[in-house]
Amino acid sequence: MENRSQISREEVIGAIKASTEEVFSTMLGLEIEAGETPVEMAVAASPTSGLVTLIGLAGPWSGTGSVACTGAFACTMASHLLASPFENVNEEVLDAIGEITNMIIGNVKTALEEKLGEMGLSTPTVIFGRNFQTRSARIQEWTVVPFRCGEETMYVQVCLAPTAGESPRAVRLGFQIPQILAI
Amino acid sequence: MLDILIVDDSAAIRKILQRVLRQAEIPIGNIYEAGDGKEALETLQRQQIGLVLSDINMPNMNGLELLSHLKATDPWKELPVVMVSTEGSQAKVLEAVQLGAAGYVRKPFNAEQIKEKLAQFF
Repeated sequence: MENRSQISREEVIGAIKASTEEVFSTMLGLEIEAGETPVEMAVAASPTSGLVTLIGLAGPWSGTGSVACTGAFACTMASHLLASPFENVNEEVLDAIGEITNMIIGNVKTALEEKLGEMGLSTPTVIFGRNFQTRSARIQEWTVVPFRCGEETMYVQVCLAPTAGESPRAVRLGFQIPQILAI
Repeated sequence: MLDILIVDDSAAIRKILQRVLRQAEIPIGNIYEAGDGKEALETLQRQQIGLVLSDINMPNMNGLELLSHLKATDPWKELPVVMVSTEGSQAKVLEAVQLGAAGYVRKPFNAEQIKEKLAQFF
């Protein structure tokens, strides 16, 4: 049964690193360096200001993928992606970060599907602000990979668990593990 | 000169593809944009499009639904549709090809990959 497959934390970390490095080198022309890879609860790994992008994964395994960074680094990424300078976070920057997250988490999903079975991907939700927290409504471990780019740090996180008691076909695409946002 | 329709819910990707197409040394006419499959159909009804580049995961009507509709409907049965998507699994590529996709480019992509994939249409 596909939904009884297991996957190690190292495999998830490897998929996150490979996907993020490919997106940065291919689409942004920026060098990044992966840091230590702790397993944290979502609330511990999330920043309290800047941008957080969330994408739902659904299928035999379900969960959420997330990218978090400062507003300044979001502008840097958008500037490289779109070949236009951005100094402030605006609609174009938010859209660009949503698409960068889509590519990173989408390719993590593709890498993991070989073992976990086919998963659907929701459209990204981008949150930008100050003094907020995100946390999972379930008690669940997130695999967090920090990436350094110059003085900035970006966090790519994935939280996946077997979809218990549901047929994969019955799973609605979206956030299977609801994120709670407090501003 | 082919008119091209770019279908993607991300304005960023539409802008990147516009730039890549304009910089490619291929005879392109007008480039149109749509944010999902439904918008794409509206544009196709108004314009003589010669080539479609379409994402897969989009709201309202996704890229595979758009592809299926075009391949089943005159006068678009022969219209080439190239999928440009983060969906990179063999199963998804095979599904697109079986539905009639003329090509498949996985995101992230570089300009050379897009130019190489489109060269056959010019």
